[in-house]
Amino acid sequence: MAESFDVIIIGGGPGGYVCAIRCGQLGLKTAVVERENLGGICLNWGCIPTKALLRSSEIWHLMHRLNEFGFSADNLKFDLTKIVARSRTVSKQLTDGVKFLMKKNKVTVIDGEAVLKGKGAIAVTKNGQTTDYSAKTIVLATGARAREFPGLEADGNLVWTYRHAMVPKEFPKSLLVVGSGAIGIEFASFYRTLGADVTVVEVLDRVLPVEDAEISAFAAKAFQKQGMVIKTSTTVEKLDKTATNVTATLKSKDGETETLTVDRVILAVGIVGNVENIGLEQAGIKIEKTHVVVNEWCETGVPGVYAIGDLVGPPWLAHKAMHEGVIVAERIAGVKGVHPLDTSKVPGCTYCWPQVASVGLTEVKARETGRKIKAGKFPFIGNGKAIALGETEGFVKTVFDADTGELLGAHMIGAEVTELIQGYTIGRTLEGTDAELEATVFPHPTLSEMMHEAVLAADGRPLHI
Amino acid sequence: MSTQILMPALSPTMEEGKLAKWHVKEGDAVKAGDVLAEIETDKATMEFEAIDEGWIGKILVPEGAEGVKVNQPIAVLLTEGDSKPAPAPAAKDIPASMQAIRDALAPATGDAGVTANPLKGEGRSSEAASGRGQPSVSSEATPTRQAMPADLPVSGGGKSPRGNGAAAPHTDDRVFASPLARRVAQQSGIDLSALKGSGPRGRIVKADVDAAQKHPSLLVGEGAPQGRKGGDAPAPAALAPRPAHAESPSAPTGLTPLPDARLFFKEGEYEAVPNDSMRKTIARRLTAAKALIPHYYLTIDCDIGALMQIRARLNDKSPKGDGAYKLSVNDFVIKAAAMALMKHTDVNASWTDAAILHHKHADVGIAVDLNPGLITPIVFKAETRGLVEISNEVKSLAERAKNKKLKPNEFEGGGFSISNLGMFGIRQFTALINPPQSAILAVGAGEERAVVRDGKIAVATMMSLTMSCDHRVIDGATGARYLQTLKTFIEEPASMLL
Repeated sequence: MAESFDVIIIGGGPGGYVCAIRCGQLGLKTAVVERENLGGICLNWGCIPTKALLRSSEIWHLMHRLNEFGFSADNLKFDLTKIVARSRTVSKQLTDGVKFLMKKNKVTVIDGEAVLKGKGAIAVTKNGQTTDYSAKTIVLATGARAREFPGLEADGNLVWTYRHAMVPKEFPKSLLVVGSGAIGIEFASFYRTLGADVTVVEVLDRVLPVEDAEISAFAAKAFQKQGMVIKTSTTVEKLDKTATNVTATLKSKDGETETLTVDRVILAVGIVGNVENIGLEQAGIKIEKTHVVVNEWCETGVPGVYAIGDLVGPPWLAHKAMHEGVIVAERIAGVKGVHPLDTSKVPGCTYCWPQVASVGLTEVKARETGRKIKAGKFPFIGNGKAIALGETEGFVKTVFDADTGELLGAHMIGAEVTELIQGYTIGRTLEGTDAELEATVFPHPTLSEMMHEAVLAADGRPLHI
Repeated sequence: MSTQILMPALSPTMEEGKLAKWHVKEGDAVKAGDVLAEIETDKATMEFEAIDEGWIGKILVPEGAEGVKVNQPIAVLLTEGDSKPAPAPAAKDIPASMQAIRDALAPATGDAGVTANPLKGEGRSSEAASGRGQPSVSSEATPTRQAMPADLPVSGGGKSPRGNGAAAPHTDDRVFASPLARRVAQQSGIDLSALKGSGPRGRIVKADVDAAQKHPSLLVGEGAPQGRKGGDAPAPAALAPRPAHAESPSAPTGLTPLPDARLFFKEGEYEAVPNDSMRKTIARRLTAAKALIPHYYLTIDCDIGALMQIRARLNDKSPKGDGAYKLSVNDFVIKAAAMALMKHTDVNASWTDAAILHHKHADVGIAVDLNPGLITPIVFKAETRGLVEISNEVKSLAERAKNKKLKPNEFEGGGFSISNLGMFGIRQFTALINPPQSAILAVGAGEERAVVRDGKIAVATMMSLTMSCDHRVIDGATGARYLQTLKTFIEEPASMLL
């Protein structure tokens, strides 16, 4: 007789484990099936370990500005092995934390790979041994992995995905980053700051193409000032490998080709959903472009089967997966007042230098809705705290519906903006208008004052510029 | 008089449920929108609201009772002048077709499994009470209720306490609403005190105001809050188990929805093709249009012999290369319809409760087949444009429609529409009005027909036009006068220059 649960979650990444915690809190008998490590890509190979790496590169950057702050030191060096080791320790600490959280919430963790067997049944295989389980509800949270193209495949040696780029054994002197989304740009920033010659190739006409156009333009200038080479509207035609380096053939929009020889290549051209070998087709679950199709409640259309996180639609962000995990758990338990996720209220953060953060519509998209728009901008150079910190690069931008005062979008670039964006996100969620944001008292001196000023600027009345 | 309050069906497949909790007791005064009880099924618990005002005369099913059959009386509502429950009227008024549907959905006969049920066995006749006449509690609670946008604001009158399960009871002294909801409500003249909030603790949020704005006229537009998957990843909502809080905005309020078609077929004997967002929009808008707009139809035949000759001559004069054009019959129809609209502004109009909006320009929507699906982009100010410009504009709109490149402002609004199925050999048909417009012209094929002229049978190239009119805006003679002008413009295109 197969062991049975109220809910079985397939995949223990941020979507899956958070869903499991919430299910546990709601008194559901819950299991999580994980084939590798709890915490998924986020904790093991994504968000968290890269933040540890970027912290090291930030310190390295500051060490080169010691004089400015009144210090001196000679013979500055870094130890790549220690930087990577710290990143792995941070990751380990958090994945251990997830194990504890599973135990605390009475969630059973099942090791192995799960396959759907229909009508609430799944089979989990570990080391050739297969065990059957059953559940009233199944939540698919198998996540995604780096996308590869024919001719653009990672080998883990010279051509990397994020996974290899996170644990370098030696420091590449030169690097080609293919793709300028969040993942590509964060690695480009890390390696450039530590001294590699970095070239970023982007097929679209600007870096960080999902961000507001002004943010993209500002970021590109900042990266170029740091010595990064940015090639937009450019594709990688092929990669020719030798034993120690890679020669990439790049083709511009105009059809001109050039070659570039680098020590390593990082592929960051998007993700594909992990939809294989779970029995999705047999179960009748619809897949489009490697992602599972769901409705606003994360229902797959097969009764009792939900799907969340990177496995389903964008934005492909850990916090979006977590939130979907909570929504699904509460739907299953019949909690009242649950609402579908509104992705216009999901912020996005990129931890390059300078940092980028945003929520809601870009100015262009806001104008496309046909509404009357007003936008405001305030630069870091006008903010006392930013000057005191020595971080005067960047700006904050707000986009409002001019008629209703609804904050449609907010876009920021500069130091610590990833910690600031939540203010606007709360504002959006609480449905505050320009009036409430203008009436809010922001503490002085903080970077957050720029958020206030950018709101005032939308009405043409910023105070400090 | 008294009304029986019946056990609601929370889904088409629901046969029975548990009366989880009474929120009222005998003798309580209730108003529309007050939560009477919570009903539990195997899928969910739903609040059950009153739609009539009165007093609870008697509670027939005790709290906690399980297996309460759908449509079984659970309480008696007394209205003014009442003192005791009256017997339910007989079932004579139910139309046969409705009865058949109800039978298909009704539980098999058997003991209701409820102890305190003095009216046991009267379920069928009590349906009659709810089937017609007074707004009934049962139709409130059947899927019609679910079909309304998210917990849609049911006006409870300004002074009544608003019930909301999740909400702490509060009085009307303070309306809880987000600043944005307040601003939008103020701008659109909506009374917040008449809304029920879907936010935390019953707070009114912008989505509630938006829904209320769209609801009264059911000019649904994009309807309920947008699913985040957009058009490129249709959500298989039609396949999903019907959740208790399902929002299926395709049925207008007040109408009993049709039973779910899946009830009539065995699984495996059909392929379920999920509805994409365009299909859902078509369903929602056209269901609302047909149900809420009093359509009538006028057909007129036009001799297009002269038009065909002019068209041929003009097309012969088209330059080669740059500036080349090829005018279609439909381009002439668009131009003629637009010119006629300028003469008959009472047809180029939109209904609102307070006033009829007479449009100052002829913005003519053109139905474009996307196979599957359709969309109606608009040629704006068609009266000011030449035939070549209209022709190019229609080609550009159709091309971009097929590539899903149209912007909302290119297909929203308009004063009139044209749908042409002539290329399929359709001789004559009727089309559904595209709100907020008041008329649509269905254009049939141009074909040689035998006509009688001066007592002799002659051959003429004829085309039949059928206009669907909103009778709230366009009276019969008004529509006929418009078609008369249009016929003149089509039969003698030069008369448009007069």
